[in-house]
Amino acid sequence: MIPVIVVAIYLVIIAVIGSIAFRKTQANTEDFFLANRTVGSMVFFLSLFATNMTAFAILGSSGQAYRQGIGIYGLMASSSGLVIPLTIFFIGTRLWALGKRFGHQTQVSFFRDRWECSTIGTAIFVLSVVMLVPYMIISIMGGGRVLSDISGGRVVYPLGCAVVALVVTANVFFGGMRGTVWVNIFQTILFLLFGAVAVAVISHDLPGGFGDYIRKIASNPKTGFLLTRERMPERYFWSYTFIPLSSIMFPHMAIMCFAARKVTAFKRTVVLYPLAIMAIWLPCIFLGVIGTQLEPGLKNPDGILLHLLTDHAPVWLAGILGAGIISAVMGSDTHQVLAISTMFTKDVFAHYGGRTKYGEKGSVLFARGFILAVTVIAYLIALATPESIFELAVRFAFSGFAAMSPVMIAALFWKRSTKHGALASTLWVAAWLVLTWYIQRISDGIAPKPGQPPVLVFSALGHLFERSTANVTVFGFLPVVPMVLGSAAVMVLFSLLTPAPSRATIEKYFPSGETDVSEQTAKPAIGTCGRSPAPSH
Amino acid sequence: MKAAKALLITVLVLLVYLVHQDFWNWKKIDPLVFGFLPVGLAYHAGYSILAAILMAFLVRIAWPKHLEHVQSEQPDRSSDQPERH
Repeated sequence: MIPVIVVAIYLVIIAVIGSIAFRKTQANTEDFFLANRTVGSMVFFLSLFATNMTAFAILGSSGQAYRQGIGIYGLMASSSGLVIPLTIFFIGTRLWALGKRFGHQTQVSFFRDRWECSTIGTAIFVLSVVMLVPYMIISIMGGGRVLSDISGGRVVYPLGCAVVALVVTANVFFGGMRGTVWVNIFQTILFLLFGAVAVAVISHDLPGGFGDYIRKIASNPKTGFLLTRERMPERYFWSYTFIPLSSIMFPHMAIMCFAARKVTAFKRTVVLYPLAIMAIWLPCIFLGVIGTQLEPGLKNPDGILLHLLTDHAPVWLAGILGAGIISAVMGSDTHQVLAISTMFTKDVFAHYGGRTKYGEKGSVLFARGFILAVTVIAYLIALATPESIFELAVRFAFSGFAAMSPVMIAALFWKRSTKHGALASTLWVAAWLVLTWYIQRISDGIAPKPGQPPVLVFSALGHLFERSTANVTVFGFLPVVPMVLGSAAVMVLFSLLTPAPSRATIEKYFPSGETDVSEQTAKPAIGTCGRSPAPSH
Repeated sequence: MKAAKALLITVLVLLVYLVHQDFWNWKKIDPLVFGFLPVGLAYHAGYSILAAILMAFLVRIAWPKHLEHVQSEQPDRSSDQPERH
């Protein structure tokens, strides 16, 4: 019961912080969605990190390490520690500047203006929402499961989901971005400390320390692979370095970049980011591997940390550490809800005339109503749908967002990029998502067991499509590789084949450089792909 | 000078990216760093620190300083500024 009380206290603290933020909130969209672009340096780092860290960083990582071993750290954590800060450094800072100059609050608003085309923004909006919503739903599911597990089943799963959805909704509904980032400070500190404290406490409880257990795992032929990557194909490992490109393309991450007060806030963030990832992932993965000895034979290895804490930590500390896990769930979930609300309000409601008709206060009212509606719907779906469907959708979403990164890079750095190139890339990504979803589905029945080699999906096509235990691969690479490379190639090809954006737009977005766009430069077209309405502020 | 700097940054980032694929540690457990960390895990922990050092270096030599002076080009919306709750 004590862990439940500790978590309840934590939730009350979150609610209090949110209510204080509410008193500071103004009734305009820039304040509600971006805290008036006033987020300071340290808060920016803590909040951006919370935005990107989900329950997977703690529970999923340890569960995967329990199944696959230490390779998970290099696969997911250290590659993210390089690629994500690089994208924040090169893309996030530019997004911030464009938001500051032209008032963009979403990526879609930027794309529409950059390529003088409403349709391309709408296409990217639809694809982004389709990929983001499952992520939001699975966060609510994860939160419900954690609350249920921590309480030993006293808080039943539907109630756990309801509590998470309610706290997240209240936080975003009342506090907007300000409430969200304030809560993130508390949440991020809590879950950054989680790993080190968990390792220290569990180590203290083990006679002989961790070394004995590692040697025991190494000497057993059935478990030795957990300390190497011998069962992890090198192509698979390399493919995974493409996945973190998705980070900056997730709407909640991009929107967070718009909220910084100064661009210098990014400096601290990019340096601390790899270290923060290490602080969470390294202990969780290590404990996941050690858990194979301390808690053998778990049916659901994602619960390994909760088992270890229950058995090796004082009950009150298990409660605090449980709150750390809940923090990871809620930190990202609040940003996802806020991002979906921001996108619908700015990219649909305001873009199609809602703001002109109902004003700023009306827009904020719409946003709040939308937040309520979307979380209620997400909650109901979470209760009615198997988690496995959304797990798969989220995996696909990471590949999809990663494959959209060439569109962002072209928009920011390549004057000659065009709306046709962007549209072609978007369609390429959408087509691959459908294709890999289909192949994944039809190959479920032939998926090999863990440790067995991949099998051919279509024997006539040779090794083009193979099925491993969990994934479809393309010549042994994850689909994200052809998706990203193809998206970039399509972007370049179609841009070169079609007229460049107008000189006015190029000068707007590349003011200092001499335009290298030739005489092909065209005037903005008219209609849905003429210059879109000015970004709605 | 500018091109040389861009080249240096590109080469540096590519190098750090490439050493992520540490094929030489693929099947190794030993040495156990600090007596309990398998070498493959310790290597990638070190890699995280290397990534932080690289980012600190980029902040120092490739920081987009021109962005620090960006000004808003939006029309004044002071009339739109609303009341507090």
